[in-house]
Amino acid sequence: MSGMNRRGLLAGAGALFLSGCGKVADSAAGRSAFEAAQRLHQGAQRALGGGGLVKEYAPSEISPYFRGNGSVDPQNGDYQAQAAAGFTNWRLQVGGLVERPLSFALEEIRRLPQRTQITRHDCVEGWSAIGQWTGPQLSVLLEAAGLRDGARFIVFRCADNLNGQDYYESVDLDDAFHPQTIVAHALNGEPLPIRNGAPLRMRIERQLGYKHAKYLTGIEAVASLDTIGEGKGGYWEDRSDYQWYAGI
Amino acid sequence: MDKTKRHRLSTRAWHWINLLCVVILFMSGLNISNAHRFLYWGDYGFQPSEAWLVVPRFPAWATIPDFYDLAQARDWHNLFAWPFALVLLFMWAAMIFNGHFWRDIRTRRREWRLASIAEDIKAHLRLNFGHSPGKYNFLQKLSYGIVFGVLLPGMVLTGLAISPGMGPSYLWMIELMGGRQSARSFHFIFAWALFAFFVVHVLLVILAGPYRQIRSMITGAPLDKDAPTAQQEART
Ligand code: HEM
Ligand code: HEM
Repeated sequence: MSGMNRRGLLAGAGALFLSGCGKVADSAAGRSAFEAAQRLHQGAQRALGGGGLVKEYAPSEISPYFRGNGSVDPQNGDYQAQAAAGFTNWRLQVGGLVERPLSFALEEIRRLPQRTQITRHDCVEGWSAIGQWTGPQLSVLLEAAGLRDGARFIVFRCADNLNGQDYYESVDLDDAFHPQTIVAHALNGEPLPIRNGAPLRMRIERQLGYKHAKYLTGIEAVASLDTIGEGKGGYWEDRSDYQWYAGI
Repeated sequence: MDKTKRHRLSTRAWHWINLLCVVILFMSGLNISNAHRFLYWGDYGFQPSEAWLVVPRFPAWATIPDFYDLAQARDWHNLFAWPFALVLLFMWAAMIFNGHFWRDIRTRRREWRLASIAEDIKAHLRLNFGHSPGKYNFLQKLSYGIVFGVLLPGMVLTGLAISPGMGPSYLWMIELMGGRQSARSFHFIFAWALFAFFVVHVLLVILAGPYRQIRSMITGAPLDKDAPTAQQEART
């Protein structure tokens, strides 16, 4: 076989392989294999971790600058007006499948029992940054509101609209009640900068960055994610098929 | 084991399943790499000025899927991590119990003498691969040993250290590697070390007579009728 032919054959085999991969990824069987693998990772990580904490760092290890990603300065709605007013009129609603729907002003969030933690933030793209976060544990808010039977997921509603869709995210109760899952209002001892989600954002420390909803306006307990957004549990999940379980 | 076979069924099954997994993991990994083309040491890093390496952007034909899509690349990577790690575990158990590791992969002290290593290198350069008494010569044992013992398990160990969900249970290993971004750097370095092995390995197979070699890795048939089988070699 001449060199030319052999190269042609190799390129042809490569193209065939890649188009085969495309067909698998687009097929129902391919999708369910991906989802099964995701659940397997989730099950294995949770079984090994047993609800333990992620590492908390020393103050000297904090990154000099904490990068913002996704929305970094929302222009929609009245966000800019709220920011100009120092977020004094911001409300955080806790609702859905709860006994007592609640509504908190920023000041009330700051008066709840606080947790401060210096943790590493891992973005799905690959980078990491270390910051110190302060705020009440999500479990404190959920216990105050009282989950009703049937609540299985917690949905986070956000003020930012990115590319025409409202940002939202969701976690299951395992992550919602994890001790390091907090509603943060401060980064490195200062009120949250706008690029990092002012005035309130979630910290979901065992998952990737897109789970940590910023510009938080609502916390909603639901039985199923099917009717929320496009049904995949989050903005990036709906939009680009990112994994709902982002511990991998 | 069937005395007429050059490679055991377990070795052959592992070899081809592993090939499929490694190709998919490597190519989907290159797609993931395109998402943030900077590698760091330590625990954190997010700007080019902190990077020790700026990775080139990999072309679409080298990645899975064959266009930039981080979500789908991660789907492929997360799926094939499972069969990859499980067949590796299976292969280690099989090698230890059926003696393949002790007989064919482990190097002996006498093989580590400079003179005999030099002989081995010279024989390789003359493209004479069948010059040693055992199944594999010293350089083969060494490189297969590094692949089985360091690079393949290293991919799993560093891959797990990158996953934030492993934070609570795997901290000691993440720390041992020097932090999450170091683990990510090692994952990348090991992936390219595997690629380097792959290139040399396939090149040597081609030089040593690809048809017989590959047939033997598929069916287990000896390289030629007169060649000693694994069982006979074991007695020498
Ligand atoms: C032969 C096997 C494997 C190869 C060749 C491979 C290759 C790669 C490459 C090249 C990357 C891109 C690194 C970068 O971000 O620059 C990557 C990323 C990654 N790999 Fe693998 N991998 C393999 C196995 C595994 C396994 C077994 C796991 C997990 C159990 C794993 C988990 C990951 C993760 C989590 C990332 C994301 C890294 C990031 O955030 O950038 N890999 N892999
Ligand atoms: C198209 C690609 C490949 C071909 C044609 C190929 C072919 C072969 C052949 C013919 C042998 C037997 C050598 C002999 O009997 O002397 C072999 C052994 C081996 N190959 Fe490959 N190989 C390929 C890819 C890979 C990859 C990707 C890896 C690992 C990352 C790998 C790892 C090994 C190992 C560790 C052995 C020794 C097996 C043992 O006896 O335990 N190969 N390969």
